[in-house]
Amino acid sequence: MGDKDKHRSVGGMTRRSFIKSVGAGAAAAAAAGTLMAAGPPEEKVMKADETCRLNLKINGNVYTLLVEPRWSLLFVLREKLGMTGTKVGCERGECGACTVLINGIARYACMTLAVEAEGQDITTVEGLMEGEELGPVQQAFHDHDAFQCGYCTPGQVMAAEGLLRANPTPTAAEIQKGMSGNLCRCGAYVHIFEAVQSASRTRKGQRGQS
Amino acid sequence: MKKENEELYYAQGLAVPETPKPGENPKPWDKTHVVGKAMPRVDAYERVSGSAVYPSDLLLPNMLYGAILRCPHPHAKIKGMDISRAKKMPGVHALINGSAPGTNPKWVYASFSRIEFPTSLFDSHCRFEGEAVAAVAAETPYQAWDALRAIKVDYEILPFVADARKALEPGAPKVHEKGNQAGETQRYERGDVKKGFEEAEATVEMAFNTPAELHTPMELHGCVANWEGDSLTVWESTQGVYAIQSGVAQALGLPLSKVRVVGHYMGGGFGSKLRAGKYTIIAAILARLTARPVKLVLTREETFLTTGNRPPSYMRLKAGVKKDGTLTALDFSCTGTGGAYPASGTALVDWVVRDLYTCPNVRTEATDVYINAGPARPMRAPGHPQGAWALEQMMDALAEAVGMDPVELRLKNIPSYSQARPGNPAYTSTGLRECLVEGAKAFGWKEAREKLAREDQKSHIRRGVGMAAGLWVAGGGGPPSSIVIKLFSDGSVNLNMGASDIGTGTKTVMAMVISEELGVKPEMIQIEHADTGTTQYATPSGGSKTIPTESPAVRAAAIDVRRQLLEVAAAEMKVDPSSLVLAGGELHLKQDPSRKVKIGEIQGLKKRGVIVGLGYRGPNPDNRVVNPFAAQFCEVEVDMRTGEVRILHFLGAHDSGRVMNRLTYDNQVFGGITMGIGLAMTEERILDQNNTGKMVNRNWHDYKLPTALDVPPGMTSLPIEPHDTEANTTGAKGLGEPVTIPTAPAVANAVYHATGVRIIDSPMSPVRLCGRFSEQRKEA
Repeated sequence: MGDKDKHRSVGGMTRRSFIKSVGAGAAAAAAAGTLMAAGPPEEKVMKADETCRLNLKINGNVYTLLVEPRWSLLFVLREKLGMTGTKVGCERGECGACTVLINGIARYACMTLAVEAEGQDITTVEGLMEGEELGPVQQAFHDHDAFQCGYCTPGQVMAAEGLLRANPTPTAAEIQKGMSGNLCRCGAYVHIFEAVQSASRTRKGQRGQS
Repeated sequence: MKKENEELYYAQGLAVPETPKPGENPKPWDKTHVVGKAMPRVDAYERVSGSAVYPSDLLLPNMLYGAILRCPHPHAKIKGMDISRAKKMPGVHALINGSAPGTNPKWVYASFSRIEFPTSLFDSHCRFEGEAVAAVAAETPYQAWDALRAIKVDYEILPFVADARKALEPGAPKVHEKGNQAGETQRYERGDVKKGFEEAEATVEMAFNTPAELHTPMELHGCVANWEGDSLTVWESTQGVYAIQSGVAQALGLPLSKVRVVGHYMGGGFGSKLRAGKYTIIAAILARLTARPVKLVLTREETFLTTGNRPPSYMRLKAGVKKDGTLTALDFSCTGTGGAYPASGTALVDWVVRDLYTCPNVRTEATDVYINAGPARPMRAPGHPQGAWALEQMMDALAEAVGMDPVELRLKNIPSYSQARPGNPAYTSTGLRECLVEGAKAFGWKEAREKLAREDQKSHIRRGVGMAAGLWVAGGGGPPSSIVIKLFSDGSVNLNMGASDIGTGTKTVMAMVISEELGVKPEMIQIEHADTGTTQYATPSGGSKTIPTESPAVRAAAIDVRRQLLEVAAAEMKVDPSSLVLAGGELHLKQDPSRKVKIGEIQGLKKRGVIVGLGYRGPNPDNRVVNPFAAQFCEVEVDMRTGEVRILHFLGAHDSGRVMNRLTYDNQVFGGITMGIGLAMTEERILDQNNTGKMVNRNWHDYKLPTALDVPPGMTSLPIEPHDTEANTTGAKGLGEPVTIPTAPAVANAVYHATGVRIIDSPMSPVRLCGRFSEQRKEA
């Protein structure tokens, strides 16, 4: 927790004290049970729709905003910051449409409270762009037609990005497994596998040049 | 049954304007330069960058969020409701339950063929779990849900029926006062079935069942509604903006001109987004009451309960065959349910039985019943995958009964005309034979069967191959559709069409058609579409008919533009228009290619600003049927200990007429197979039939879609392209639905080949397979 305390917000609320405060309500399910139990009982209990001030670092920029502690990172990204590249599919961690990178690791934004994301390095699909140019994973999805309706696509792209950051040269089986947390109802999986394979080669080439 | 299909997707025999005039139709392309190539989509950048704005992404200034309270019981009457506390909750701006004037308009549940059940938006008699009871608009969705939880509803819980097979039993709880049968039992008969069975040298009879499947497109159902004065604009995730416009106008009593529906991008529908939902009307009412824009996007659970399903089918099929493989008789019956309201619960389930193979003696019977469950909506090839599950496993069993190869048996019974339609009209083209022959060759069918026959399959891992065929009753498309193409003075183009691109690549194909005719690069074509305020009329994108409907109209509009362009240029060059050729953004003289002018240099065009070309979709050929055909082949590995099935490879050989874009074509084939794997292996709506009647698996954790781990990493798409000069002027016959029809029975046949166990119930889950294997061991 020591590291996270550095990101204490102006209102004096730490991530730790928040988690203690949302024992009731819809957000409880998303918070870790062990953390909920911790802490002295005399601390202020926040109501579900009270707001607290929060700094979020998204795609290299810091955004300061007032959030209700129960708001998911997904809700804040889409409805409060207008970053609608990140999609909403199930809001219960089943489909992966809301996948973003948190500290370089693919995570479901629907299962992450906005207040949990404070102090973390968040990357959304918008953050993979290089100006108006597509990043290598996006370009591969573009060229291989690795989508149909395109709604799961930003999540698929972020899952692929997370996979390739952890494993730059995945095998076919590793790609299948790595992409299995993201549903595509149109069933574009075969083209998605090709795109991830191709992005892996492109990224390798770029690393070779630099 | 023919009527069902017509009413659902388009009108046949409609008097429509035509361009070019009848008889002046352009000849089908002989050689193409753009059409048929593999081209990334024209909107791929928007979709992969995250910049495409889907309806659920839309943010308007001062926007509120709507949410709907739903009946938690499968059958109940509302005795009373207390909204006093909810109304005072923080952030709440409007709360409706139908009690205030203007908040409970008429609502009509309707089947494909418009058998209608008029009710109201908020009906106190809730006949399925998830029926709308009240709705709220608040500053955030969280506050809206808080308010819904504060509403107290007093329900009288009524007895329910949740199993179609029990709905007609004496004493079954009544979904409707008049009883549980939804319309008359539908019967079809040709020839003499009794005589047909007497002629048969082998007869097989089996039951087959498929449970209800759910569409669950990735983008949730929903919309944003906004009023400007007395004009309403709705941004809806839909397959057809004009269908939503008419539904909203009808429900709210508005002129069509006061309802604008926009749906540029949409995140999948598969048939569940063809018509307006109650949520659309509710959003519009909440927006009117609050004088603020309202976004109402359903939760995933609500979409499981309320936005449609592929009805369950309980089927029985008896078939007779001669030793040489000639089919002599087919006798089919089916019970199904469209849920609690008219929703075509058995529509088209028997179509493949009637029309896929040559058979003189056929009898079918279908009984649609009501149960206390959410109403069905058309789902990707309504009826066909269910019917194919029965027929195509039966063909496999018949082949075994007479000692023939399954492919050979099918080849023996290929029709050249439609036997089930009045007058037996011929198909404009049928590639069924080629799908079977070329598909088998490319798959290595014979070799695989011979190799597996030689192998000693003693291990608990067994391999098998299977195949199945199919046809799709619609495809082909038809009127009405109108298209406007503008040629700007620099030679770039604007295409204006009403159709939605539901993920099949419609926009890209249309750009390729224009490019083919006008020589302009696809990236120089701006596309405006799916907006009732600014684009032309189109029927909803469904029935695999969008490309066969729209592409001939787009081609006609492009030809209209070219004709006018040649006239303008010819006048300036003082030559006859017929002596000019348009190629690569230039016009040159046929006889003297050095005499040329760039489109951007034509003074007459510069002064006019634009040339406007109109294209209408003409009628389909008289007394002909335009249908796509298919055959699919697969290899599986079955673990006899765990019941797990691994699909090793899939090949789809499809005759959908001309391939318009090879890249999106292949994607569609693989996607259809993937959805078919869902029917075969994982997907099943489960209702708690005995205790509560509620849906048990109302999320993607418990209702399993195929994931990246459930599809074979390698799939092969083999297009079969008959030279169809009759279908329409582009030759496309529709692809989106036929690709999912043969998949599940192909897998079942492969499992049978591997294990010798016939699986009559889908999905073939490990639990079910283990049970069947153990029964078989006991029998042995």
